[in-house]
Amino acid sequence: MYNTLPHLVLPQIPNLHEIDVYRANGGYDAYRQVITMTQDEVINEVKKSGLRGRGGACFSTGLKWSFMPKGNDKPKYLAINGDESEPGSFKDRQIFEYNPHQLIEGIMIAGYAMGISKAYIYIRGEYHKWVDMMEAAVRQAYDKGMIGDAMKKTFNHNYSIDIYVHKGAGAYICGEETSLMNSLEGDRAYPRFKPPFPAQKGLWGMPTTINNVETLATVPPIIKIGAEAYSKIGAEKHPGTLLYGISGHVNKPGVYELPTGTLLTDIIYNVCGGVPGNKKIKAIIPGGSSMPPLRGDRIEGVRMDNESLREHGSYIGTAGIMVMDEDTDLVKVLLRITRFYHHESCGQCTPCREGCGWMEKILHRLDHGDATMKDIDLLYSVAGNIEGNTICALGDAAAWPVRGFIKLFRDEFEKKVKSNREFVSMNVVHGRVNTMSDLVVLN
Amino acid sequence: MDITFTPEELQQVELHKSKYPEPKAAIMPVLWMAQKKWGWLSEDVMRYIGQLLDLPTAHVKGVATFYTMYFKKPMGNYHIQVCTNISCMLRGGEDIYRHVSGKYGISHNQRTPDGKYSLEEVECMGACGGAPMIAVNEVFYEKVDIQEVDKVLDSLS
Repeated sequence: MYNTLPHLVLPQIPNLHEIDVYRANGGYDAYRQVITMTQDEVINEVKKSGLRGRGGACFSTGLKWSFMPKGNDKPKYLAINGDESEPGSFKDRQIFEYNPHQLIEGIMIAGYAMGISKAYIYIRGEYHKWVDMMEAAVRQAYDKGMIGDAMKKTFNHNYSIDIYVHKGAGAYICGEETSLMNSLEGDRAYPRFKPPFPAQKGLWGMPTTINNVETLATVPPIIKIGAEAYSKIGAEKHPGTLLYGISGHVNKPGVYELPTGTLLTDIIYNVCGGVPGNKKIKAIIPGGSSMPPLRGDRIEGVRMDNESLREHGSYIGTAGIMVMDEDTDLVKVLLRITRFYHHESCGQCTPCREGCGWMEKILHRLDHGDATMKDIDLLYSVAGNIEGNTICALGDAAAWPVRGFIKLFRDEFEKKVKSNREFVSMNVVHGRVNTMSDLVVLN
Repeated sequence: MDITFTPEELQQVELHKSKYPEPKAAIMPVLWMAQKKWGWLSEDVMRYIGQLLDLPTAHVKGVATFYTMYFKKPMGNYHIQVCTNISCMLRGGEDIYRHVSGKYGISHNQRTPDGKYSLEEVECMGACGGAPMIAVNEVFYEKVDIQEVDKVLDSLS
């Protein structure tokens, strides 16, 4: 059944990363169609399609584009966010590898709609091979006159755009849009205050739009099949297809393109072949490590779109699903998540810089059996004091899983504390032998 | 050691500068070039890059120290990166880290005395579907177990 569903972003065509294959399969035709429309018509079409950003915030892409000032009196920039560092997400990599030209075409369409002539694709540094692949695709596009000055002639239209690939160097924070801009400009990648929003004052002080790789790669098919048809795929308020990245305890982990609103149980049991050893599921993180978890015994009927997940206390995020079976030590998992955020906090805001460290310490105590019941509440309150008190969302990203795990799995934390008590009481007995009263008894 | 780029490399630097409205933005690609050439970013290298891009050394150092992938000390010829983040942890990434650490007697961000191997416990590398994974320099090895890791590492020398 899943083979008959539409594959808009990753169609099953061999060698699609080659420009000739891409063109033979209708590649760059969407752009030809777009240049017969006005800028507003393109933006409205994307708005009408209901496309929402695939980077995690789920913001309407067309609406975002409409925030860009009109006119060409100053340079405008497009930044494409391929930093993809959220543990559990590994979808953009597939686009760089299998369908890079669709991303390029999406950039051309976005650039045309907003009147942008320079675009930077920011790819995380660890993706050496995929940076090379994307650069090769961009080079091919230049050689064939699809982008750059030559595209004016190719498409017989006076719009042109230059695309550059920028390689990161290992900082999770660069996936935050304002931090990405600082990184691109050659500064330390500290997030900026908003407002001013990037559409007013972004890269080099100029209007800038930042879009996720998957978002832009979805634009050409929208133009081709039409906004109307696209908006009918998947969930009503969050339409289209998503690249789900499934990892952890499933038999067939990987990236799957499926409509939004697919049942979570369908994805795990039918698409990914279930849990190894037919074990029960204890917990699931539905959208990358910063999203609150779901309880494994309450996933019946959960659909993978933002609205449905919100009802169940989580969000779609980057659709990076992590499955944990019944034998998983969730305190250890949470410790690992928190250690990640402590490591990746840029250090700009005190609540995040210090708070993540405190949370890691408390979780370390819990995991090593040195904590008390009070520590669980302390952990919860530290997380609460980080959330919403930082410049960017990394603080929230660190706090959500902590609060989520404690809310849903408090018993696991208490078990850790209790197991510790038995151990301590043994020592107390041992210690009591040497107290005065015991010595008196011995005499 | 003479720290200068060759004329061809200097051309490459100019090319990077031309991609951005301001030359400062070329700092990341130029740091990558320098790391490829000299293996790591010493104070002298950072000073040189500062001169090339007309930036204070302190700024270059500030940027270089912000990112984990720019080495601020010499690393091994084979830089082994083991992911222990959640997806890999759930599938045995920590055992692999312990194994590699024991195999060479080094831990996080250390290198063997002969300078051949170094080890890093990395955060998520974006290969969660292929967990557990390791990377040696720029190459990813996914869905590995300890035997396969040994095979990969032993074939390096």
